[in-house]
Formats: sequence, C-alpha cells, structure tokens
Amino acid sequence: MRHFPWLRILVHIIGWLPLAKLIFDFAAHNLTVNPIQEIEQRLGRAALYFLAAALAITPVHTLTGWRSVLPRRRALGLYAFFYASLHFLTFAGLDYGFNLAQILDLVTTKPYIIAGTLAFSLLVPLAVTSFDYFIRRMKKNWKRLHRLVYPAGLIVIVHFVWARKGNLFQLQGDVLQPLLWGLLVVFLLILRIPAARKWVSGLRQSIMGRRRAQTHAEK
Amino acid sequence: MEQKLKHVDIPSSEITPESLYLSRRDWLKVMGIVSAGALLAACAPKLSGITATGSGSSPETQGAPVPDNAHGQTADEFGNPLNTFDEIANYNNYYEFSTAKDAVASLAADFKSTPWAVEVDGLVQNPRTWSLDELLRFEQKERVYRLRCVEAWSMVIPWTGFQLSDLLAEAAPMASAKYVEFTTLMDEEQMPGVGSRFYPWPYTEGLRLDEAMHRLTILATGLYGKPLPNQDGAPLRLVVPWKYGFKSIKAIVRIRLTEERPQTFWNTIAPDEYGFYSNVNPEVDHPRWSQATERRIGELSRRDTLMFNGYGGEVAGLYAGMDLSINY
Repeated sequence: MRHFPWLRILVHIIGWLPLAKLIFDFAAHNLTVNPIQEIEQRLGRAALYFLAAALAITPVHTLTGWRSVLPRRRALGLYAFFYASLHFLTFAGLDYGFNLAQILDLVTTKPYIIAGTLAFSLLVPLAVTSFDYFIRRMKKNWKRLHRLVYPAGLIVIVHFVWARKGNLFQLQGDVLQPLLWGLLVVFLLILRIPAARKWVSGLRQSIMGRRRAQTHAEK
Repeated sequence: MEQKLKHVDIPSSEITPESLYLSRRDWLKVMGIVSAGALLAACAPKLSGITATGSGSSPETQGAPVPDNAHGQTADEFGNPLNTFDEIANYNNYYEFSTAKDAVASLAADFKSTPWAVEVDGLVQNPRTWSLDELLRFEQKERVYRLRCVEAWSMVIPWTGFQLSDLLAEAAPMASAKYVEFTTLMDEEQMPGVGSRFYPWPYTEGLRLDEAMHRLTILATGLYGKPLPNQDGAPLRLVVPWKYGFKSIKAIVRIRLTEERPQTFWNTIAPDEYGFYSNVNPEVDHPRWSQATERRIGELSRRDTLMFNGYGGEVAGLYAGMDLSINY
C-alpha cells in the first residue's frame, strides 16, 4: 500500500516558497530601495539552499537509513536549477538589460561571475538529463555525468565568497555566511568518500544494533 | 576665536519640503515596466545620459562647478534628481550595526548621538575636544553630492554640513602633518556588529591633508535639512564625494593629524582590493568586479561611472602625475 506522499508534497511546498516570498515582498515594496540587487541575491541564495539540500540527500540516507528521502533528490536538484536560472536571468536581464557585449565581458573577466557562470553551466546538462528517459538510456554514464554536481557545489561557494567584500582565507570581512555554507557543502561531499560513508553507516548500524539490544533487554 | 565661527540658523520655513525636493517614484509603476525596460535596454546601446570618457576633464564628464551652498536645490549639477529621504535612510552600509543594508535603520534607532564629542589631536597646534554644538557653529552649507558605493550602486544626496577645512584651520596643523585619520565610535553595547571578530574595529579612515582641506570635503551633520539620521552616521560623518562611499566614515569621535599614512578599515581587510585613495575610477576595476557602471538607486538601467565620480574638474589636480592604477 502506498503511503500518503507527504514528503513529496513538502518538498514542492518548500520549493515554491522562496519565489512566493519574493513575489509577496515585491508587492509589499519590501525589496529594499535596490530591488534588482535584492531579487538577484535572493534567487542566488535560494539556488544554493536547494543545491545543498540535494547534496544532503545521500548523507542523510547514509546517516539515518531513511530510504524515502532518496527519490526527493531530483526535485530538490531541479529547484536548485530553477532558482539558478532565475538568478542568471535577473543578472543578464534586469541587472544588465541583456547588454550582450557587457555581459560577455563580465562573464569572461570578473572572477566571481566566471565562477557563477561555470557553476550554472555545469547544472544545465544535469537538469536536461533529469528525466527518467535519460536515466534509463544513459545507464552508468548518467551517474558519471551527474557527479558534476560536486564541482558545481564547490564552485558555487567560490562564487558566493568572491561576491562579498572580504577575504575568506584571512577570515576578514563579510565572509561568515559563505564560510558556513562552504563548510556544509564540504562536509556533505566528505560524507560521500567511500571510507567516510562506510564509517558512518557502520556507526549507524552499531547504534541501531545497541538500541535493538537494549529494547530487547528491557523486554 | 569664537567670533569667527558663524552660526547659521536656517528657519524651518526655509527648508524645502520633501515633496518639492523630489517627485516620489511610484515603485509599483516603476517595477511594472521592469521587463519592458529590460527589453528596451537590449535594443539601446546606451541608456545612461552621461558618457564617461575616463579622463575626468572632458566637458561631458563635468557639470557646472558644485555650488558652495545648494540650498533648495533639487538636482545635482548634472541635473540628476535627488534620491528620496526614505531611500537614503533605509539603505545603509554600516557594519557596526549590520551587514544587511536594510536592517541598519531599525538597529540604529536607539543610538545615542547626543551628547557627542570629537577629539581633534595629533600634529596640530590647538588640540582640543569639540562638542557637537560647537561644531554646528561652523558655517553649515547644503551640498548635493553623488555617493558612489564600491558595490556599484549610487545615490544623489542633499547633505548639510561644514567644510572639514574650517575645523582643521582652527586646529592648525603642524608643518609635519601629512595625513588625517578619522575614527568611528566603537560601542559594543549600542552597535551589535562590533562584536564580530571578522573586522578590525574600530572603523578608521584617512585622507591626505590636501584632500582633507579640499572645499568638497565636508563633515555632514544632516541631510534634507534634518539632523543626520543615526543610520547615516549621526551625528557627524565625513563626505568625500569623489571617493568610494566607504571612505566617508560615520559617527566620528576622533580626528588625528599624522605624518604617516593611517591604517584604514577596508584597506586592512583586503589591501589589494581597497586602496588608500579609493577614488571613484571606472577604469580601475575592483579585482573581483567591474567599476565601469553603477546602478543609481531608483533607476532601472545601469549608468556609466564617471571618473572621480564626476568631480574631476575640481579634484583631478590633487593627483597630477600619479599613476591611479597603482595608487587605487
């Protein structure tokens, strides 16, 4: 029997939340006096949140053994791509008025924009091949291709750090937020290294085993 | 000495009402045409009226000289309209309170800006502490200045204030004085951001003495004919209109004349990104982003950034013979 798909519905509700809030705040004139930048930055942050959430699925499964989170990864990844696309569109359209010469110059010369563009272009093939058709068709290569999300996650953090005023390596300036998100992404990636993964699932099994033994003893 | 200080008392009836200062932009309307504007911008090669040539001395980059007293003026010397009081008072880079520009106003609401004292010392003949009332006796003028943030946004602001040169003349710098160092109040109880270990508090800034003595360099005490709002640096802040906004240090408690170039806040954090001079210069990019264009708050399309923020006619001479890509 199929359970009520509450987790699936929850993911979709959360997925539309940032856009809904943006529209609400736009209508309420609540996007600061520099709304274009506010829209741009909020969409970028939303993309990062969903990318981190998608990257968290495997570690959450490893840590908890909770299987029903696994099918939610695709939607989270697509929401990340959705917000990254809106973020890029806002940059190109609202911010730079689709001035192609200017955009091309920025995209090729300004470090944080190079990083952002690179991360976004890594996400494009992943979104395109997210359909069941490609998963079946590409077999092993699908998994290989979708490992691009790991470098994308790291490059996004570089993009975030470089867009702020400060110096991450000297821990000076406006770097706290990118630092925390960077640590989270790195942590989520480390948990994928086979040795780390094995250790974590071993840990889980021994904890669960102990608990099982405990409940058994209490009986 | 006291008689020299002219007390200017502007009757409130003379202060231009805000409704005349500005035609308030209707955001709904403006934002309704955002997409249309974006499409238009795709067709038009240049929407901004002013073209920067980068030399700072060509006629297009200079408006009329900045008037000594812009009382009641509704635009800058290029004809750019003023930003609204609400815009100026709700979008503040003031990391002592918050790194979120729209959060500063409420966090600074209870800031105590009176009583206030400013110490003027270092290499001066007459070191002393000035109260705010004493400073308000210097001839207060209204100056409409463009403020260009290093983050590539800008505003046009009607400041009230007095020339720093008036105060420095009273202090009488010694011949050995070459620089002026400014320090912001550091009060952890009132300023929640000061607790952050990521910054070298207190905020300090510096100018070369000739920059400090320039007629355009003012200590602002108000805007729109009102006392300076807390979030804009009450009760006393520096305004140096041809430099990036972070040079215009807020809530000043100390002005010290020195022989050595002073350490400054952002320069300490990232010396290769924020130079001591930090003159607005569209040709010298910040290493990570472009300084060629800016967004004027309230406008949809970007405009070209002007050399020395459009004040080259009056200030370019200060940097004659200097390579501005090295002395950024």
